[in-house]
Amino acid sequence: MPQINYVDHSGTCTPIMVPLGDSVMEGAVANGVEGIVAECGGSAMCATCHVYVDPTFSALLPEMGEVEDTMLDLAASERHDNSRLSCQIRVTEALDGLVVRMPESQI
Amino acid sequence: MGTPVTVIVGASHAGVQVAASLRDLDYPGEVVLIGDETHLPYHRPPLSKSLLHPHDAEGQVLRPASFYAQKRIGLRLSSGVDAIEPGERRVRLRDGETIGFDTLVLATGARARRIPIAGADRPNVLTLRALGDAVALSQRLAQARDVVVLGAGMIGLEFAAVAAAGGRNTTVIDTTERPLLRAVSVEMASYLKDLHEAHGVRFLFDNGIARIEGKGRAERVVTLDGQEIQADLVLIAAGVLPNVELAAEAGLAVDNGIVVDANLQTSAPGIYAVGDCAAFVAADGRRLRIESVQNATDQARCVAAAIVGRPEPYAKAPWFWSDQYTAKLQIAGLWTGYDRAIRRDTADGSGFALYLFAGDRLVCVEAINATADHVAARKILGEGIALTPMDVQTPGFDPKAHMRQRAA
Ligand SMILES: Cc1cc2nc3c(=O)[nH]c(=O)nc-3n(C[C@H](O)[C@H](O)[C@H](O)COP(=O)(O)OP(=O)(O)OC[C@H]3O[C@@H](n4cnc5c(N)ncnc54)[C@H](O)[C@@H]3O)c2cc1C
Ligand code: FES
Repeated sequence: MPQINYVDHSGTCTPIMVPLGDSVMEGAVANGVEGIVAECGGSAMCATCHVYVDPTFSALLPEMGEVEDTMLDLAASERHDNSRLSCQIRVTEALDGLVVRMPESQI
Repeated sequence: MGTPVTVIVGASHAGVQVAASLRDLDYPGEVVLIGDETHLPYHRPPLSKSLLHPHDAEGQVLRPASFYAQKRIGLRLSSGVDAIEPGERRVRLRDGETIGFDTLVLATGARARRIPIAGADRPNVLTLRALGDAVALSQRLAQARDVVVLGAGMIGLEFAAVAAAGGRNTTVIDTTERPLLRAVSVEMASYLKDLHEAHGVRFLFDNGIARIEGKGRAERVVTLDGQEIQADLVLIAAGVLPNVELAAEAGLAVDNGIVVDANLQTSAPGIYAVGDCAAFVAADGRRLRIESVQNATDQARCVAAAIVGRPEPYAKAPWFWSDQYTAKLQIAGLWTGYDRAIRRDTADGSGFALYLFAGDRLVCVEAINATADHVAARKILGEGIALTPMDVQTPGFDPKAHMRQRAA
């Protein structure tokens, strides 16, 4: 199982083994990682699963769809170039070691 | 004074959010969250969408079990509240135990409406509200060939879409003259009706089920106008009833939901109601009960703030979504009261949005595969940004640009 590293706003990192095919959001919620709210359960409707992806992994991520791109404008914390909705990123072998930073606030 | 206690009745979208928000706001007291379902609280929307696969019998949990322990939320599952004793400030559980409270939050939600139809007690006649319903329904669907859905509301249509996309003969029957009479505009309903028909769904409007027939199990339904339709699976999706009995028996005001004031407090001080069970007053003065995740969680946050001494009137702009085939329906605002619909097609023609106005005031935007319009509408309605019918009709109108320009 690939390891995903969730870094909260204060810098604390929680490494979680996430099953292949689950989303980065699901990996966080299933393990009680705070900082990802996921109010809509992964329907790309709430933008409360916003994360900043470590740029070294950018090229390995699935391309951002239009829905995700647009929904990110509703995120509570500032949008950056490396902003993604974690519910739209499925975990693959290639993402082993992925580092995502969680914003100060999701609501 | 001892530690204050907040008791929350109903452990689903609304109840869980009240508990979580109380902890986020550093509520110093005890939090007891009582739910009568057996599963850990789970996401309900997937039940009529992705969850209709038998392997998902565990559901998609809102939070893992460890969350409740960490947050010191006393989660009690498989446990129903039988009575509220407002004078004694305690609730009584089904097994007779009583729990005292300083503050009580009713998050009892709603249940599927059952219709007294002869033959509706057959094992292949189902309703859809809870996880167990979805599991049973998906197992039946796997074996079914002819599916009849009573009720062309959101859940009926989502299920019809799953059935039709899976190659089942699907008939949707409704007593009204169009689908989604309560949920979307006439124009959007007409689009969705065409979409379903293009996928082979047959609609019977201004009609209903007189009786369900068959040996032991349902084999056919007989409509009010006498048509016989083969059916080896019947879903009764005729709306919901808010769970108000507990409140009513305790003497709280009830009127199509538990009546609450602007701060979501019931007619009894220190007792609040949130989510699908709460009849609140919207910004325009109408009394409303909204069935959506957004409403449940935003109201929950509002009540948690009130409990920690920061009451504020509830005033969030509603939003909602539904997935049917490849159409992603996204709604911002409430459609009722509109007198004019202006359609905007996306540049690539793959989607469109209906801007619904009451006079010159935007009340709602219904989008199909047009997320930019939806997102802009949420900002426009949520932040009170001006948008006129003329703006939308201007050639080259770009909702996002409008939102940014006016917000700046
Ligand atoms: C199939 C389906 C699909 C949906 N799809 C969408 C969607 O796409 N988007 C959207 O926004 N919304 C959707 N909804 C609506 C959304 O799920 C509800 O608005 C939401 O669940 C409301 O949350 P709630 O906590 O207020 O009530 P509920 O979810 O109904 O929860 C109330 C809980 O209280 C419990 N309870 C009741 N009485 C008692 C008692 N006396 N003691 C203890 N426990 C009690 C109930 O068993 C239940 O667990 C859907 C609903 C269904 C059923
Ligand atoms: S969980 Fe709602 S947008 Fe990702």
